[in-house]
Amino acid sequence: MTDTKLAAQKPLDGVFSALNSFRSRHASWIPVFAALLILVVMFGFAQWWFGNFLSPRLISALLLDNAFLLILAVGMTFVILTGGIDLSVGSVMAFTGILCASLVSQGVPATVAVPVMVLAGAAIGLLIGVLVLYFDVQPFIASLVGMFLARGLAFLVSLRSIKVEDESILMLQSTRFKFGEWYITPTGIIALVVVIVGVLVLQYTRFGRTIYAIGGNEQSARLMGLPVARTKILAYVISGVCGGLAGLVLTAYQGSGYPLNGTGAELDTIAAVVIGGTLLTGGSGYVLGSMIGVFVYGTIATFINFQGAEQSWKRIIVGGLLLVFVVIQRLIVTRSSRRS
Amino acid sequence: MDSAVQPLVEVVGATVRFQAETALSGVDFRMFPGEVHSLMGENGAGKSTLIKALTGALRLDEGEVRLGGQPVSFRSPRDAQRAGIRTVYQEIDLLPNLTVAENIVLGREPRRFGAIHWKKVREQGRAALAELGLDIDPASLLSSHSLAVQQLVAIARALSSELTVLVLDEPTSSLDLDEVAELFRVIRELKQRGVAILFVSHFLDQVYEICDRITVLRSGTLVGEYQTQELLRIDLVQKMLGRSPEEIAPRALAAVVDRTRKIVLTGADLTVKNGIANANVELGEGEVLGLAGLLGSGRTELARAITAVDTLDGGTLTVDGTTRSPRTPREAIASRVAYSPENRRTDGIIDRLTVEQNIGLALQAQHGVLRRIPPARMRELAASWVEALGIRPADLDRPAGQLSGGNQQKVMLARLLALSPRVLVLDEPTRGIDVGAKVDVQNLVGELADSGLSVVFISAELEEVLRVGHRVAILRDGVIVDTLASDGLTVDSLLALVAKPDEIAE
Repeated sequence: MTDTKLAAQKPLDGVFSALNSFRSRHASWIPVFAALLILVVMFGFAQWWFGNFLSPRLISALLLDNAFLLILAVGMTFVILTGGIDLSVGSVMAFTGILCASLVSQGVPATVAVPVMVLAGAAIGLLIGVLVLYFDVQPFIASLVGMFLARGLAFLVSLRSIKVEDESILMLQSTRFKFGEWYITPTGIIALVVVIVGVLVLQYTRFGRTIYAIGGNEQSARLMGLPVARTKILAYVISGVCGGLAGLVLTAYQGSGYPLNGTGAELDTIAAVVIGGTLLTGGSGYVLGSMIGVFVYGTIATFINFQGAEQSWKRIIVGGLLLVFVVIQRLIVTRSSRRS
Repeated sequence: MDSAVQPLVEVVGATVRFQAETALSGVDFRMFPGEVHSLMGENGAGKSTLIKALTGALRLDEGEVRLGGQPVSFRSPRDAQRAGIRTVYQEIDLLPNLTVAENIVLGREPRRFGAIHWKKVREQGRAALAELGLDIDPASLLSSHSLAVQQLVAIARALSSELTVLVLDEPTSSLDLDEVAELFRVIRELKQRGVAILFVSHFLDQVYEICDRITVLRSGTLVGEYQTQELLRIDLVQKMLGRSPEEIAPRALAAVVDRTRKIVLTGADLTVKNGIANANVELGEGEVLGLAGLLGSGRTELARAITAVDTLDGGTLTVDGTTRSPRTPREAIASRVAYSPENRRTDGIIDRLTVEQNIGLALQAQHGVLRRIPPARMRELAASWVEALGIRPADLDRPAGQLSGGNQQKVMLARLLALSPRVLVLDEPTRGIDVGAKVDVQNLVGELADSGLSVVFISAELEEVLRVGHRVAILRDGVIVDTLASDGLTVDSLLALVAKPDEIAE
């Protein structure tokens, strides 16, 4: 090889090595970028289609309308990262929601009702975690048990919708902090705080890293001396707590509790998490990705509403997107396993 | 140091039972500070059981573990790690989805204000890697590295903590010569620091190079503890096997194959992108062709190309005079070329199926779903292979995952032999199995060849390639550099050919 050739190759080599080092470091972020790209493309398309889609009001509403889904998605991300699944979240949200409505309508102050609903969610999460860990039940089945249990409990509390009159709960929805055209409600703030806490816990605590470790290889994590049992149970408890918080947010959003709320919400949540780039096999994914997934989901819904089209289209588009993402993930996984 | 120094770790009267079977029976074992100790024995001798008891992965039914003279009871690997006992397992037990640095510090990450201090994590990771002479990006994902590097990372993890006892279970099986040398340098350093090291390996050369003392186990009982210098190799092997030296000696090679014999398989200009380039192979009836080369030299790629596991990008394959281009292993098997993959655990044995089902798999697949082999015939067939290959325990209904490595390998062989192939391609069939089983497999290959089967035999151990192969093809960087009769080669001359860097060759 001659010197001139070498010289010509150098800058290119630099670019390649930078690319390589990025790929070897951040391969798991790629699906998240893909989700972000899709979100941007969708915004662009909707703006071109309607001309007035992208407004501060609409984006603010996107957070407001999907706050409960965002909270559920954060909890679900924890569970899916361990390689599990939680089908109970929609029912837990309905149960805690109707419980809250019922309690405050009987004159219980919100300061008591809210901790009770969060604890109720945590208890169902604990039950699922114990089933998974100590009775070796598949997470799918264990959380199905939790789902039926929570839905049954919701009906036990009330068969009909209960209106909420308590100001301290309604204000979560009605208060608007305005910044010009932009606004945010306390429910939106709760959702964002949950996201931030989720990010910090997963990224900066040993508990969070153990979650990733379990998803990578549970047996290895155990042999490395990590507290696998505690961490796995806690993941389901976190998902239950998020279910409780989502119940609060949804109750405030609707101004009432209803035992049939959130039917199928668990599947919407899983869809959002997967679109956000979290691998269903566990060990790879981010809370921020799940947030983008929720926004993608929310944007599709808004688009359909704007268009005045059939609601069924929402499901079809979400289904299609899900398909695309699962295939992308599959490709990434096979490629990386071939390289090693 | 025997009487004056107190053992650092001691296992006294260790007994472990798995249901009816006794895996370990009244074994005493001890390790002194600053020594490298080797645990030797055939598969099923109880080595893994003893290691697990020592590292808290398993509890003793009888007997006790003493640390510095005090009885201890480890309920989990975590307990043992707290006590300074660190283990690097044979199957790499790291997390591919996390970074290299994180794999090293996981569970004891440096923290600041209660949050993980990522910069320090990377620094510690880099320092631990540097100690092993490894220069890789600590922030890269573990899965982006080769198995050898992953193995070294596992060792770095063990080294980077408070360490009094280090257990290395087959640490060198995926390392090349330089990496082994680097590992040995680190082991000697640790020895200076007073760490007790348990080094378990099937490579006798390495055991004799690094170990001070050897404990031999056989079928769950203690044979004895010896100073390495005072134990001749042949005596060691004899103690492990409990056989006389004559029985251990490998059978002599059949006379060099008559080159006028029929050629069964010819590969011309075989090329697979990023694997092998323009490889020419010729295999006679009843001939064993050894493939020698370092990891990544293309030896596995060549085997996979011949057997259509990987698709050829160029070249032609001729089997029995007809040119074939099989595109799937199924088509290759139809032309009676069978492949035994290098990774027996993930690509070969199906743990939960019984020995009989494992043996019958390929044959049934070849017959097709609709032509079920009658159970009685299948059982008879499996039983005859178990008998012929000496698979132990000879229990057809035992899940194959419970067998030792050597016996799993024999089950794999039985599966392929049931297809009555013309050509058998064996990729490292003796990796990670014991001396006794190794000799069995080698002899078996010889017998098969004598009966007319053609074999391609890959092994990382050059001695073995020479012993088993009639001819040896030497691979370097994806190219067959030469094919020589094994008569004219010695281990040293073959080593020179395998390792010769290109600059000198030119």
